[in-house]
Amino acid sequence: MWRFISVRLLQAIPVLLAVITVTFFLVRVAPGGPFDSEKAVIPEVKAALEKQYRLDLPLFQQYTAYLGDLASGEFGPSFKYPGRSVNELIGAGLPVTAELGFYALLVAVLIGGLAGVIASLRPNTAQDYIPMSLAMIGICMPSFLLGPLLVLLFGIELEWLPVSGWGDIPGDKILPSITLGSGYAAYIARLSRAGMLEVLSQDYIRTARAKGLPEWQVVTKHALRGGLMPVVTFLGPAFAGLLAGSFVVETIFQIPGLGRFYVQAAFNRDYTMILGTTVFLSTLIVLFNLLSDIMAAWMNPRLRHQLGGGS
Amino acid sequence: MLLPACSGGESNVESGNREGVLHYGNGSEPQGLDPHVVTGVPENHLIRALFEGLTVKNPYTLEPEPGVAQSWDISDDGRVITFHINPEARWSNGDPVTADDYVWSWMRALHPEMGNLYAYMLFPVKNAEAFFSRKIDDFSEVGVKALDSQTLVVTLTDPTPYFLQLMDHYSTFAVHRPTIEKFGSFTDRFTKWTRVENIVGNGAFVLDEWLLNRRISVRKSDTYWDRDHVRLNKVVFYPTENAVSEERGFRAGQLHYTATIPMDKIPAYQAMENSPYYQEPYLGTYYYLVNTLRPPMNDARVRRALAMAVDRDTLMRSVMQNSAVSAYSITPPGTLGYQPPKTFEFDLDKARALLAEAGYPNGEGWPGVEIVYNTQEAHRKIAVALQQMWKDALNIQVTISNQEWKVYLDSVTNMDFDLARRGWIGDYVDPNNFLDLFLTGGGNNNTGYADPAYDELIQRVAPRAKTREERYAAFYKAETMLMEQMPIIPLYTYTSKHLMHHSVCGLPPNLMDSLNLKYVWLDPERTNSAEPCD
Repeated sequence: MWRFISVRLLQAIPVLLAVITVTFFLVRVAPGGPFDSEKAVIPEVKAALEKQYRLDLPLFQQYTAYLGDLASGEFGPSFKYPGRSVNELIGAGLPVTAELGFYALLVAVLIGGLAGVIASLRPNTAQDYIPMSLAMIGICMPSFLLGPLLVLLFGIELEWLPVSGWGDIPGDKILPSITLGSGYAAYIARLSRAGMLEVLSQDYIRTARAKGLPEWQVVTKHALRGGLMPVVTFLGPAFAGLLAGSFVVETIFQIPGLGRFYVQAAFNRDYTMILGTTVFLSTLIVLFNLLSDIMAAWMNPRLRHQLGGGS
Repeated sequence: MLLPACSGGESNVESGNREGVLHYGNGSEPQGLDPHVVTGVPENHLIRALFEGLTVKNPYTLEPEPGVAQSWDISDDGRVITFHINPEARWSNGDPVTADDYVWSWMRALHPEMGNLYAYMLFPVKNAEAFFSRKIDDFSEVGVKALDSQTLVVTLTDPTPYFLQLMDHYSTFAVHRPTIEKFGSFTDRFTKWTRVENIVGNGAFVLDEWLLNRRISVRKSDTYWDRDHVRLNKVVFYPTENAVSEERGFRAGQLHYTATIPMDKIPAYQAMENSPYYQEPYLGTYYYLVNTLRPPMNDARVRRALAMAVDRDTLMRSVMQNSAVSAYSITPPGTLGYQPPKTFEFDLDKARALLAEAGYPNGEGWPGVEIVYNTQEAHRKIAVALQQMWKDALNIQVTISNQEWKVYLDSVTNMDFDLARRGWIGDYVDPNNFLDLFLTGGGNNNTGYADPAYDELIQRVAPRAKTREERYAAFYKAETMLMEQMPIIPLYTYTSKHLMHHSVCGLPPNLMDSLNLKYVWLDPERTNSAEPCD
């Protein structure tokens, strides 16, 4: 198992290096620079600014200097917010985005898992079609539509929940979590339904039923663990996806998270911020993928055995 | 940030009215709070709460009033201004504000390594530009001297009637030297001197809390010289970039004041009785840049034909929901009493005749041109309307192309366009701020327009005029020349648009949309905008 983990970690290094290199040079190719503004910038000012941000160096030298900074854990100063380092901005946004991602994932797993399991118990009946059709709608409905709809209904019409904000007043985390989680809930519903259907047709389930176990015990004790395997492998990438993709929800609900910084950085040509967030999120994605592989291995005795860990 | 009306608790507005706390929609997260580093409207609101200039603009008249300087004398030739600094003026740590603070701060603002985007605000000062562009190294040659701790003498290159206004622009503010030097080199943009625990200012308010992308709070200063007249205890600024969310927050009683309002909500608010919607002319013009170096737009007749074929009044009614005013010149009408010339009007016959004269009768032989604009729904609607108007009136094809913001800026700077959408918001109330855009080779010219006679009027004749009438006459003549050549097609004068709770007093709409929190207070009893404040 340790060998598996260390090999996967080593594999991550070239992946991250490729991400850094491609991002570094791609943002420089994009037209317009961080100091362009509607009012013309005096050449002397531009030169002074470029010097402060090392943009006066040849591009390759900037690249190696940046790698040097990264090696020491520094993402550099932000272009858009002078006086703030990218580390600090990520540090400010990450806890909020991570919390939002966590609740969204919770929503996704609870609703999606339940819907998938319920659907799988009576395939091709109304009990299957109704949750699965809802799941389809969930996949198709983008968060920029669902968010405002929920706000209109629960915030403005019924006045049950706050329309925006994060952690300032009770209940303000509910609508954003549901908005962000619903798309993933739909995926999880489909995954868990497929997983459960496969497991429920296996011999050991038939044996369990033949032993006379009640159906709920068959499902919870024997089928769930195998049936939810596809969901577990999906969770890692899903959580990373939630972190990287929360921008729309953060904008709709005025949430001070990482996603807003990320997208604004691209519009502002905030080179260090674009790079910093990209590198940071890529690292997270790599780590979460690894984590879900480990969890999958732990839940699947055959795979665990192949990797030479545990009994 | 936002509390629903249903939660049973008090809304921000209710509790704010009781406690003297203003909840202010500030548009976006500020870049920072260093007056010599940042640019932008949200930054301006915050910096002018935390710092004060030598003069402050009266929010009702926009005339300069005593700020850090309790009075000033101007020499007969208009070139030397002596500021007398208020002996009561204090930094928030208790230090007195001195003339030396200004000399040092202006050196910082103008220092070439600082990279101050607004350094040019001080260019009217003698030798300031030379120091900035490294033609001289010795700052003592620049025209700012401290005669003693309370007397600041400023020598200008030419008489500059708007110079006193510039003293209320944050780029000319003094900063606290010991604080800045404590956290690093004085030209370093990246130090932490503006953090809550570090910053020292001299304004009516001090920084209380700064939560990134959440809120920034300032509270009334105990050391401010005019603290007895400051009536708000606290102001909370919210960086709400999404206008739709902001408007919802206003309706839910979370904000006293919004930075803007979504365009599609305007008609409903305009129709409302006792409406919280405020719309006033704003010192800015929306126009199209014309690339005068590219055919067919290199012919002034074509440019004029296009300008005359735009039915601005219809455009304002249909596309702009009556939230802007038709413009026929670059300078907004009434800029400190200046009325710009109207050299043309909506005239289809004349437009067709001009186009025919230029070789395109009824659009025949027209090579086609393209409008470039930055991606935004409002710009697209205008471009589409113009495209249709020109098609209908002149039978010519115009294509439209949207570009992402920085790509668009790149196109404009490199003059890679036929027609490009543009807006200019004045930094100070003076026609010069609009007319010097089109000086030969000017950084914001971007049209290829070059006329030595125009440059002469703006750079030589107007600054040396003896009276305001004489000066405005020079501007009028220059602007007439400009609009006859039509390197730009003016479309409308901006308006400022806000939602404001009835309890807010002392925040009058003005041409600069200028906020001075020192004059603002809350009157919880006031329920109608027509009622006077207590």
